[in-house]
Amino acid sequence: MDFSTLRSLAAGNAWGSVWPELSLGCLALFLLVLETGLPRSMHARIPVVSIAGQLGILGVLLLNFDTPYRATFNGLLMLSPQGQLMRVFFLISSILVSLLARRSLPWQRVPRVEFHHIVLVVAAAMMLLVESRNFVMLFVALETVTVGLYILVSYYRSNPKTLEAGLKYLVMGALSSALLLFGIVLLYGVAGSPALSGRTLEAMQYGGLRGFLEANPDNFLAAAGIVLVLSGVAFKIGAFPFQIWIPDVYQGAPTPVTAFLAVASKAAGFIVLLVLVTEVFAPYDWLVGPVLTLMAAATILFGNLAALKQNNVKRLIGLSGVSHAGFILLAVVSVSREPMAVGAVYFYLYAYLIASFAVFGVMTVLAGPDDSEQELGDYAGLARESPFLAGVLACGLGSLAGIPPFAGFMAKLLVFVIAFKAGHFGLLGVAVAGVVVSVYYYFGWIRTAYFSDEAAISPKTAERARAGAGLTLGIALAALTLGSIVLGFYQGPLGNWLAGH
Amino acid sequence: MNVPLDPLLISVAAPLAVAVAIALGLPKRWAVKLAYAGFAVPALVAIDVWWRFASAAKEVHGYAFLTNYSTGLDRLGIGLKLGLNGISLPLFVLAGLVGFAAGLYAIQSKAERMKTYLLLLLVMQAGLMGTFASVNVFFFYFFHELALIPTFIMVGIWGGRDRSYAAMMMTVYLTLGAMLSLVGLIAIYVKTGATSFDLMILRDALASRPLGEVTQTHIFGLLLFGFGILVSLWPFHSWAPLGYGAAPSSAAMLHAGVLKKFGLYGLLQIALPLLPFGAAQWSHSLAVVAGVGNVLAIGLVTMAQRDLKQMVGYSSVMHMGYAFLGIAAGSVLGAGGVVMLMVAHGFSVALLFLLSTTIYHRTHTFEMDQMGGLAQKAPVLAGLFVAATFASIGLPGFANFWGELPIFFALWNFSHGLTLVALTGTVVSAVYGLRAAARVFFGPESEAFARVAAVDPPADIAWSERLPAFVLVAALLFIGFWPKSFSDGINRALMGEPAAVVASR
Repeated sequence: MDFSTLRSLAAGNAWGSVWPELSLGCLALFLLVLETGLPRSMHARIPVVSIAGQLGILGVLLLNFDTPYRATFNGLLMLSPQGQLMRVFFLISSILVSLLARRSLPWQRVPRVEFHHIVLVVAAAMMLLVESRNFVMLFVALETVTVGLYILVSYYRSNPKTLEAGLKYLVMGALSSALLLFGIVLLYGVAGSPALSGRTLEAMQYGGLRGFLEANPDNFLAAAGIVLVLSGVAFKIGAFPFQIWIPDVYQGAPTPVTAFLAVASKAAGFIVLLVLVTEVFAPYDWLVGPVLTLMAAATILFGNLAALKQNNVKRLIGLSGVSHAGFILLAVVSVSREPMAVGAVYFYLYAYLIASFAVFGVMTVLAGPDDSEQELGDYAGLARESPFLAGVLACGLGSLAGIPPFAGFMAKLLVFVIAFKAGHFGLLGVAVAGVVVSVYYYFGWIRTAYFSDEAAISPKTAERARAGAGLTLGIALAALTLGSIVLGFYQGPLGNWLAGH
Repeated sequence: MNVPLDPLLISVAAPLAVAVAIALGLPKRWAVKLAYAGFAVPALVAIDVWWRFASAAKEVHGYAFLTNYSTGLDRLGIGLKLGLNGISLPLFVLAGLVGFAAGLYAIQSKAERMKTYLLLLLVMQAGLMGTFASVNVFFFYFFHELALIPTFIMVGIWGGRDRSYAAMMMTVYLTLGAMLSLVGLIAIYVKTGATSFDLMILRDALASRPLGEVTQTHIFGLLLFGFGILVSLWPFHSWAPLGYGAAPSSAAMLHAGVLKKFGLYGLLQIALPLLPFGAAQWSHSLAVVAGVGNVLAIGLVTMAQRDLKQMVGYSSVMHMGYAFLGIAAGSVLGAGGVVMLMVAHGFSVALLFLLSTTIYHRTHTFEMDQMGGLAQKAPVLAGLFVAATFASIGLPGFANFWGELPIFFALWNFSHGLTLVALTGTVVSAVYGLRAAARVFFGPESEAFARVAAVDPPADIAWSERLPAFVLVAALLFIGFWPKSFSDGINRALMGEPAAVVASR
């Protein structure tokens, strides 16, 4: 690339349009510089720099929320209000993950700065992932995310459970990437076939492929490619039948990483799916609709039924996350008949973010050094030892269960209204059954925390609960709880924005 | 919109504000004092709006005191719209007064972790006031859940025997009921095409364009099952006696007395006027299930109970059968009777739960076999219990009479056979009610009770317990002797009198 190309790009301000991703990358590199430059005694401050830097980026991003919306980098990326919303989403996630890691990492004998470095890189890649409008861009961003997560998942390398999780995630991730890539190649290949009408060499571009699919609405190879691409994405969101890796990986991964996987990685997968379904695969609704419908029903049922009998809370939250994926899929399925579904997906993701991180925060504090052995029994008597942590946990779980006045209720209500409008009555029945089942295990968890006898409190729990969350994490948890309640009955301008899109 | 002077909003906000203050760490002494205010304000507001209702300016469908607050989802027809009509006013008053009584009773109860207990009770109180003051169906449901969640927690922490199991069972059952009714409400919302949860808009929209017959039947079925589970319609009643048996008294008073009426209220205020055809389709099966299941079968089960609190729990399931019969009868007379019965039953069952716990403090057991002869030691308590029993049987002079009588008349036109079943039920309820009074208060002292009395001589009902009981008895007698104070408003709301006529009186 010579100088004039760079100049032309600068004139079009294409680089400026991806400034949040660039600043996250720079911040990540800066952390490494600090690690080599600063004396060892100062290293404990580096995570603070990371969090402060992310907060700064978040602030600037919120102030410049309404940037010009357009395609940049020759259509590789698309800047949209939804993209901005997701940038905020990933930034909040990475800030919270950094906060959790700051609490969790000192318990282990592992290098700390790299962790924060990788979290930033992954967050930036997730932003690019949801903005991409080109399959090559999609794949590159996805691999950046996944490779970063491979490292993060097996970060507590002295723990055999963590290593097992890392290996499983690696194998499964590779498999899903292979499926996705195979699907992309099939689509690209068939779109370039001279024998077909509407053939195009621009099939890597979403718009180009869409044109081809419209011209050939019942091509077998294209259908096979679409199914393969959907399968690849289904791995990321943990939808049935590609959810098998979730319990083991969630249990073994460090709790902050589990949170990152459960919230940010899943959200990224859903936005990719949403963009693909609405912008690219729309002509194949006859295929995508039934596939996603079946997937949604099976995901809701599997997630809730499998979570019923879990005693390890990390597995429990992982499987409950599977059922949430099912509920979001319900909205994605309805998007072709009810455009408001897009707003519902975003609202659901935000409600899920707020509630999940509250729960993961409490889990991190209580887990202490034995990160992969968090049993339901460890929560017995939490309310007596630390009413604050128990309250945060109860509100978080209540929101996940979809109980008013929490945000999770509004999210479920919107999804149900949309599914009803779109006429998915069967799925709605499955979803209602799922909610009732889910209340059983969420409430079981709350029950353990609140209603246990004094004798059931383990000394470990008591000690960690009394140590508390610390000031920073405590404020974050309180803010999440408050957000969850306020968003439950007052949606404000956000509500109108969501209803409008 | 006059924000600071909206009485309905104040009735919701006051208990909630006190609850928030307690949650933020108010010291216990102040928490209790503020809790008095938190429970008294809704009761005073309730009496105030009841007093002013007849002369207040009414808008469409007889609603008064209307206010509307935006919550940011106006485009979806979701907003906090408060108002009262003739049907919701009696229940609003019921919620205010029973909440006040339950609050007073809780404050004197010396429960462990008092602050949390009061906090949850205040949240529940706020939810109850909001439920009956909401004109927007979304917030109607929202406030109901807000009141429901504290119930589970209170049963789980302060409950008696089997509290953990009871809390779980209530949670799962009631969530199922709530979800089914939510889907039913969503169905109305979507099928009307009005894109609004506002009950008044829904009514107008459906009046000009009623739903198809099949749709109405389906939606009404959903609502009937959903609300039915919440009101312990047979055979989905098993959570009720178990839950009430385990619940702490104030929670049982509020749930059995007020919150449970949500389902019936939903059927009356939403399902019947919006889906008249669906209601007619379901009325026969509903009447048979309610008559044979709730009234007769559960009536007999109630007779067999030896545990006082379980008996009150079962009797409340049974009396809900009458309410369902009134709804099934499908006439203005029947529906009016249901509203009166809901109010009367709310007061009387709350009173019975309060008195059962008061008795327990003297006998240290709920087993009726191990009681007897308490009347000599606690004559006022005995008098109150007998009054509550008479009320719950439906003797004239108590409010319940004006609930059951119109229902029987309405039912006679609907089905002679079921009227006979319902009348048999009255006899059954007289048998178990009077037998309980006799076993607990009269007759010879049982050996077990004599032992307890020797260690801890039972005193008569204390003033702190008397005051909430008197509030409830006074309400029962007041309505019993002056039913017109409520029935006028109910009739107008049910007959759908034009707004102008009502306003000119």
